[in-house]
Amino acid sequence: MLDSIYGAIELGLMYALMALGVYITFRILDFPDLTVDGSFATGAAIAAVMITHGYHPLIATLAAFGGGLLAGVCTGLLHTKGKINGLLSGILMMIALYSINLRITGKPNTSLIGESTIFSSVASTTWLYIVVLLAVAVAFMLLLNAFLHTDLGLALRATGDNDRMIRSFGANTDRTKIIGIALSNGLVALSGAMIAQDGGYANNSMGIGMIVIGLASVIIGEAIFGAKNVVRATLAALLGSIVYRIVIALALRADWLHLNASDLKLITAIIVIIALVIPTARRALKQRSLARKRSVELAAEVMGRRGGQVDA
Amino acid sequence: MLDIKNVTKLFNPGTPDEKAALVDIRLSLKEGDFVTVIGSNGAGKSTLMNIISGVMKPDIGEVSIDGTKVSSSSEYQRSRWIGRVFQDPMAGTAPHMTIEENLAIAYRRGRRRGLSWGVNAAKRKLFSEQLERLGIGLENRLKAKVGLLSGGERQALSLLMATFTQPQILLLDEHTAALDPARAELITKLTERVVREMKLTTLMVTHNMEQAIRLGNRLIMMDKGRIILDIPEERKEHLTVDQLLGEFEQISGHKLADDRIVLG
Repeated sequence: MLDSIYGAIELGLMYALMALGVYITFRILDFPDLTVDGSFATGAAIAAVMITHGYHPLIATLAAFGGGLLAGVCTGLLHTKGKINGLLSGILMMIALYSINLRITGKPNTSLIGESTIFSSVASTTWLYIVVLLAVAVAFMLLLNAFLHTDLGLALRATGDNDRMIRSFGANTDRTKIIGIALSNGLVALSGAMIAQDGGYANNSMGIGMIVIGLASVIIGEAIFGAKNVVRATLAALLGSIVYRIVIALALRADWLHLNASDLKLITAIIVIIALVIPTARRALKQRSLARKRSVELAAEVMGRRGGQVDA
Repeated sequence: MLDIKNVTKLFNPGTPDEKAALVDIRLSLKEGDFVTVIGSNGAGKSTLMNIISGVMKPDIGEVSIDGTKVSSSSEYQRSRWIGRVFQDPMAGTAPHMTIEENLAIAYRRGRRRGLSWGVNAAKRKLFSEQLERLGIGLENRLKAKVGLLSGGERQALSLLMATFTQPQILLLDEHTAALDPARAELITKLTERVVREMKLTTLMVTHNMEQAIRLGNRLIMMDKGRIILDIPEERKEHLTVDQLLGEFEQISGHKLADDRIVLG
């Protein structure tokens, strides 16, 4: 039981980078980017191939980050310069990457068993492994926070918030969008590279459904930990990723639910649907009860005035 | 300072809905000019603003700022010279960002945005001083999200942001129209003061006839995509709203029709 929780925390910390990436596109740029499903596997593929060809695991992992950046730039160009709808440009890139990833690895499955990875020296000690992964995830979270408070970062955030306004202040919104999408996919690919090295293989279909997992992490995190500013929201994405993995681990262990590992994607989709529907429904209800309360108050005021006259 | 030469802009060209939004517009503003623009619905006032700021490109004609032809440069490139306040108080600010972050964005107008901190102690002090000049207490709310401000507060902030870096040209597109009379008056006063203090070359579209006469040193009237009347300072001083409306009717052959028009 405890082992599966530790495992969930480890996975959650590695997938946290992916969640931070999804946060950039989904929340900051308001751009639902499906490239993620492809770029996650791209990161895994690049890292796996380079490691099996004898490159240092750290260089392989950095190259994976670069590959993700490049994929993001392509999606950004399709959307801004090609004027293709955002969802569609992500889908197009995702499909294209499916073939590209096979070209990179040359086969659907690349094993890393017996190879040295960035985790080789720490993975055998659970607590050390968790500490190292936590340090990596927190470092990237802090870097992202810092970036989002620079002049360029502010322009990026304003692009998603009010692009007409930021253009009138001289920011090229095509450029800020491309930078944001690239950065997002860089983080996603980095996450893919880490998962491949942790799991000991890169698989061409390991990215399928990744965007939904990213959304689930971001949304669960926001619901539990709040998102009132960037610092809180990035922390929420990181923690959301861990909570998601723990929920999944517990769900799979609950025998009375009769769940298989293959049901994971359905569970994730349902979690995202619930997390998307509930806040909206709750807001609508709150709005209505507030409107009703105010109406009653106003009516009472009017009645009071009129009642006074009638009584007199 | 601003030169518009023979600009024509069509909407939906070649379709049954074709409309000439601007027809052979010629307009030249000297440095420090404060021109008010009035006209009926669909006269082309907003289109003129969009052509100057680069949101739209003219079909034919040329726009130049300070002697530089800018017709082919895009909105974000032109924004180095042009500050703009929109009619919609939502349009000029980023609602989910704080007041100081919005100001930091305005502060970098026309300059490269790199990896230095958007807000630091020195900038915060400057922002606070500038906000104080608005006289509505925003300097104490630097870390408040702009989405929490009222329409009037937002518009005051937009005005400050648009003029922060002393642009060559200030475009005001009915920027008090969405506010209640008291707040509209406050913003009008602020506008007057800022334009005077910074000696900004200004083009202000308004639906308020009295305001159009009272503010600025020149008044132009538009109808059906044309400038039909151009009143210089000497004549504007003695002009009344009735005379202005009469003149409009005489030249255009119809009454000034605008559902939001305010006579004074």
